[in-house]
Amino acid sequence: MAKKEYAFYPGCSSQLKASASNYLTSVNSMCKTLDVKLTEIPDWNCCGASIGYAEGGELPRHAINARNFALAETHLPGQDIVATCAACWLGARESKERLDASSTLMRETNEALAAAGLHYKAEVKIRHMVEVLIEDFGYDELKKPVVKPLEGVKFAGYVGCQTNRPFGIDGESFENPKYLDKLVETLGGDPVENYDQKVTCCGGALAFSEPEKSQKQIRDIVESAYDHGAEMIVTPCPLCQANVEVYQSEINKKQGTKFSMPVLYYSQLMTVAYGGSMKDAGLDGQLIRATPLEKITGK
Amino acid sequence: MSEQNRQASERYRNNFLKEVEERVEEGEWVKMCMQCGVCAGSCPLGPAWEHSPQKIFMMIRAGERERVLSSDAMWMCTSCYSCIVRCPRKLPITHIMHGLANYAHRLGLAPKGQPTRDFAKLFWDNLVKKGRVNELKLTLAHYFRGGLMSGIREALAMQGIGKGLLKAGRLNPKELLGGHALKDLKGFHAIVAKAREIEDRKKGLSG
Ligand code: SF4
Ligand code: SF4
Ligand code: SF4
Ligand code: SF4
Repeated sequence: MAKKEYAFYPGCSSQLKASASNYLTSVNSMCKTLDVKLTEIPDWNCCGASIGYAEGGELPRHAINARNFALAETHLPGQDIVATCAACWLGARESKERLDASSTLMRETNEALAAAGLHYKAEVKIRHMVEVLIEDFGYDELKKPVVKPLEGVKFAGYVGCQTNRPFGIDGESFENPKYLDKLVETLGGDPVENYDQKVTCCGGALAFSEPEKSQKQIRDIVESAYDHGAEMIVTPCPLCQANVEVYQSEINKKQGTKFSMPVLYYSQLMTVAYGGSMKDAGLDGQLIRATPLEKITGK
Repeated sequence: MSEQNRQASERYRNNFLKEVEERVEEGEWVKMCMQCGVCAGSCPLGPAWEHSPQKIFMMIRAGERERVLSSDAMWMCTSCYSCIVRCPRKLPITHIMHGLANYAHRLGLAPKGQPTRDFAKLFWDNLVKKGRVNELKLTLAHYFRGGLMSGIREALAMQGIGKGLLKAGRLNPKELLGGHALKDLKGFHAIVAKAREIEDRKKGLSG
């Protein structure tokens, strides 16, 4: 019997089994070590968050989120929904709070769900994986399985927006959330405490549609990490990860910078510290290789 | 002018604030704004904004319907939520921006060819088709790696996105955004259709 069980909402990143795997792979490895059982919500759908509003409007967005809630309530009763994607978590949680606060929206949403024979009972809780780690385990518990401390590696904890605002992680401030730093410390690494772009927005979905403006944001985020002597950036959000890693070469091309800063997920750090291989940690999925971590896995 | 837009402007005549309150997501909050200006400095793409949220709220109260709904501003919102956590009156600014964008888009007043507008529509249409979207890391990586960003940027800015992307020849939007379909796709579609029907009825929109 697994120690802890959750209804897993992987988000669309998990579909590309071969490619978008590094977050999911490392989450799975990390959960194995921590004895966590994640069961996918059967037939879950996209949350529509961040950019879905323009065509989607309000009720359709809530309704598709509520479909996931209803499926979780039906098939995985009593388990909290856990998301790994910051945008999924936010979108789902937003819908849940809006529905819980308005009996009209709740009625209309259930009217829509009825079209597929579903019903949302408003029982399920929605959480981010980071919350699970901090609240259901805590730093001391998370430290126990560490066998390969990330000694001597300096990490800039890039929290970004969506795990931080508007809900945030309990007990953290919006201006200077410390959980990534604490996590790095827990794993034996060296956090950049005064990283000043910690909560800067990378442009989110607008990195697609407004690349120049977003790249200005990303440049600040990477530059500041360099200025503070970081060797790597660590983040809790798949879109942050992608934006900040992928655009560095574009920025280099356009602005003559020489950025080559690896951007990793907290779960990859944990997997490495827990003794996982490069593959377990999904390090082979990086565009910009995380050499110092690769070395640790080989130790 | 679209028929829906004509009907809406006739119905609310000189009361745009009321129109926003009744038809825009979280629009009933607009009147709570005290014009302190805190949100105006929050937007990460701030320098690119035609009007800050503060200004938009002021313009709504001044009844500047056309200017608000055709503004580029709402489309520059990155959903960073900085404004929400700072606003002293706790306005759900992000959602009002999204709501205004949606309303302007549905009435046909939003700026044509606005890249975020086009991308957002493509995103939603794709997600509705299969129930899931591939937006993440390596999907992104795949086409950024090929340097397709400039192609997309141009396609978005210059032409209708679907046609533009195809013309660019390097990219099939279906492959880019297509995901595995849901098992109960029929049920999913029924939910979306029903939700849209209810919302449109309430907001006096159709089609
Ligand atoms: S917001 Fe993005 S990651 Fe989350 S489910 Fe939707 S498309 Fe997938
Ligand atoms: S930092 Fe960027 S990707 Fe991350 S949550 Fe904010 S907008 Fe989204
Ligand atoms: S911060 Fe709030 S009260 Fe101040 S101008 Fe913006 S919306 Fe209005
Ligand atoms: S959420 Fe949108 S409106 Fe609010 S500060 Fe960010 S970009 Fe500006």
